[in-house]
Amino acid sequence: MQQIVNFILRNKTFLLFFFLFSIALSFTIQSHSYHKSKFINSANFLSGGLYSTSNSISDYFNLKQKNSILHEENKQLRDLLYGKDTIVNQSYIDSTTYGINYKITAARVLKNSYALTNNIITLNKGTRDSIKQDMGVITPKGILGIIDNTSSKYATVISILNTTTSISAQLKKTNHFGSLNWDAISPEYIQLTDIPKIAPVKKGDTIITSGRSFIFPKGVPIGAIESFHLDNAENYYEIKVKLFNDMTSIEHVYILENQDRKTIHLIQSPNNE
Amino acid sequence: MNSIIALNTIRFIILLLVQVLVLNHINFLGYINPYVYLLFILLFPIINNRMLFLFLSFLLGFFVDIFSDTGGIHAAASVTIAFLRPAALKFSFGAAYEHQSVKFNAIDAGQRLTYMTILITIHHLILFLLEIFNLSKVILILKNTLFSCIFTLLLCVLVTILFGRTSK
Repeated sequence: MQQIVNFILRNKTFLLFFFLFSIALSFTIQSHSYHKSKFINSANFLSGGLYSTSNSISDYFNLKQKNSILHEENKQLRDLLYGKDTIVNQSYIDSTTYGINYKITAARVLKNSYALTNNIITLNKGTRDSIKQDMGVITPKGILGIIDNTSSKYATVISILNTTTSISAQLKKTNHFGSLNWDAISPEYIQLTDIPKIAPVKKGDTIITSGRSFIFPKGVPIGAIESFHLDNAENYYEIKVKLFNDMTSIEHVYILENQDRKTIHLIQSPNNE
Repeated sequence: MNSIIALNTIRFIILLLVQVLVLNHINFLGYINPYVYLLFILLFPIINNRMLFLFLSFLLGFFVDIFSDTGGIHAAASVTIAFLRPAALKFSFGAAYEHQSVKFNAIDAGQRLTYMTILITIHHLILFLLEIFNLSKVILILKNTLFSCIFTLLLCVLVTILFGRTSK
């Protein structure tokens, strides 16, 4: 016993280092698996509050640009009101755009991030505004990510610029679908894999969400094909997609809640009667 | 003694705020960020209570992690360099460190640069290793480490020169 105590006293610095390092490592590993990072995230009141204060100051710097975006959106809504065709650029979101099953909540980005390999975005809406895990988040131009953690006032979003996300997407022309992944190289491009060889893929084609996961409705724009090639087995295309969104400058976003989600899950779960 | 505690508390808070509110959003050339909060660990007074020092370094890294949603990578990297600091001090300052007489303002620039480079490189290597968490992307890890190291080192040297007179 004496020897054990002596050993601990002699190596107490190393043991403390080892202990703290293991804690940090376990947090890291947790953060790499989907929906496990319960503890360390910027949706808590301390970091969320600080970010919202700093955001309310920095907001003034790009008011002009935001105004022009809102102006553009207003124009499109007005066109719609007066019965003009607005297929040219669908940069407005409205509860009838994607069918009646989606409830839309507007939110603002408090903290954006795009330079890491696993990027997380913080929003200013939380459980108080009935935001829950696994809701989809989009911008007027395209998809942004999926809600991960929520606190009462803030929520974090797993961005599409995150090596752990995989979102179902398809070609706009046909119904061939695949999954979107990010290779962590550039925030402008994202990879679409598992599109079968038979699909007619052309440079410049539009990629949209497929609606198969019931997080996003079908038809939310994602990006345009930049280049493509067959994978090693020569059965599927690997497509490089240029995002419509400028991920480095995002301010106003919309959170989508699928109101039929519970019913769909009930039907799909294997052990229902 | 009290002034040392006050100075380090203020330094802790200011470096943390500057890091999470300004420096984490620089993204120079798309991905290069400096991690200047390391200055707290680099300039921490050389005292015998290493347990306290380890714990404070962990806490600083942990706070940076909470704000940047990165799990525990900053905490792990910070606590490692806090643990390795005596070895780095011995290597760069030699006998002066043995006699407990190192004052960070008094020593010459070359030695200080060696000391900073060693610890910053180790910190960034561990940081990006854990962040990317994928050995098949070793080139990306090394590239990020190299460029961020240069940026951090540059800013750390600038800050120590600018504020060197007041922080005794």
